[in-house]
Amino acid sequence: MAVITIDKVSRWFGNVVAVNDVTMTIGPGITGLLGPNGAGKSTLIHMMSGFLAPSSGSVTLDGAAIWRNQEVYRQIGLVPERESMYDYLTGWEFVLANAELHGLADPGAAAQRAIALVEMEYAQDRQTGTYSKGMKQRVKMASALVHDPAVLLLDEPFNGMDPRQRLHLMELLRRFGADGRTVLFSSHILEEVEQLARHIEVVVAGRHAASGDFREIRRLMTDRPHRYLVRSSDDRRLAAALIADGSTAGIELDWTEKALRIQAINFQGFTTLLPKVAREAGIRLYTVSPADESLESVFSYLVSS
Amino acid sequence: MNTTVARLTARGLFGRRRVLVLLAVPVLLLVIALVAGNSDQDPLDLAHSVLGTLALGTLVPILGLITGTGVIATEIDDGSIVYLLSKPLPRWQIITTKLAVAIGATWLLAAVPTYLAGLIVYGSADNVALGYAVATLASGAAYSALFLLLGVVTRHAVIAGLAYALIWESLVGNYVKGAKTLSVQQWGLSLAHTVAGEGMVTAPVALSVAVPLLILVSLAATALAAVKLAGLTLSGEE
Repeated sequence: MAVITIDKVSRWFGNVVAVNDVTMTIGPGITGLLGPNGAGKSTLIHMMSGFLAPSSGSVTLDGAAIWRNQEVYRQIGLVPERESMYDYLTGWEFVLANAELHGLADPGAAAQRAIALVEMEYAQDRQTGTYSKGMKQRVKMASALVHDPAVLLLDEPFNGMDPRQRLHLMELLRRFGADGRTVLFSSHILEEVEQLARHIEVVVAGRHAASGDFREIRRLMTDRPHRYLVRSSDDRRLAAALIADGSTAGIELDWTEKALRIQAINFQGFTTLLPKVAREAGIRLYTVSPADESLESVFSYLVSS
Repeated sequence: MNTTVARLTARGLFGRRRVLVLLAVPVLLLVIALVAGNSDQDPLDLAHSVLGTLALGTLVPILGLITGTGVIATEIDDGSIVYLLSKPLPRWQIITTKLAVAIGATWLLAAVPTYLAGLIVYGSADNVALGYAVATLASGAAYSALFLLLGVVTRHAVIAGLAYALIWESLVGNYVKGAKTLSVQQWGLSLAHTVAGEGMVTAPVALSVAVPLLILVSLAATALAAVKLAGLTLSGEE
């Protein structure tokens, strides 16, 4: 069992706090690290992979500190976000070099196994510099898996992948999770995370916002109050008709925007109510747009709850 | 020494376009030596300007800069160093291997051509060519170690190294008396003085000072580079 423990960890760069007093435990199975860009996901992964020292607190793997401890890499496989990877090597040479650097007994066999695992045999004799983003990602995976690690850390692994490559990588990660390995990946896309991870850790603005089962977090995210911006042929009449219904919490006439700002309590209820009310009253809807669907607002709601 | 690290480093160093710059240095030196050798100036004066000023004073530091930073700074810059560092390899081993590659390249591309240039300009008489070749061997190794360290500690290694090579070594080290004691180039010259025949090469720094300083600086730079590499931090947020 390989368990990464992050205990009261903060990390600041000068005056900027990137990670603020985070405590979490990453155990076997797949864990998704979810958060908007700049939330501190990479900082956390850098600390878990030994490339950044925590400013305070401790990051350990099975009790052993990760920072300045190269022995942890016998257990950790790392898939970094950056793409550069000795462009002048072929895929095969790159994975083989990684196997050799691990000091494996039979690096050739290990490299072959890892390349087969990510199904990259067909391109293994091409230089990695000629690879597409998805292919690079897979070869990076192979290099991380070459020593059969108990822990796999992936920083934004689905970035730039096409849907087929995405499915393939998800399948691969699922298999690792099922094997009882500890798999942690970061992403800023909720759908990605919930397709793959049972367990989700949410970070927002350097803080640990939520932790738990993906269903629980999904519910928190969809049940929050939604805001909409609506323009119609008769805003006042529409407002009057809407406020009578229980799924609407508040309506404001915005004079500068010439629109209604509506706060809905119940997402499902409101989305069926609005067109129905408009049709019955003979009002034409010109604009219906969610006002705060950005991930940041979803996340900030999570933090406040 | 780790053969995989050495292989990756050598391919990175001699691959791409850098190899052209690297090769330009010895070619330039040999062409100048050939041209100078055919002129009717005093051969010893020529030897001092071609081997001393040009080779030891300018080309060796520049080559040391390109190889010393080239073996590690490029990888740190583009982030591919993670693949070396996320392995259970002692950090000093990565540094010494990369240093060996850098020194090997500097010797091959600077010390050997310097010796050849010496033979062209002055012949093998009085060990002048040999003396300068030994000087470039020693200074080349020290430069490689220094610039490798620079490559680990700063993202602006090439600029910092260039400033050091041009301002300190070429300008201050040549014209300010006290500074000569602390110049890699002058330490090399001290070796040339010792190897070459009596009175052939003048060196302001005594051998008993130069050799310990050469060794000390090279070892300290290497050790510090290993420590710094072990604590290498990847940039935080994207």
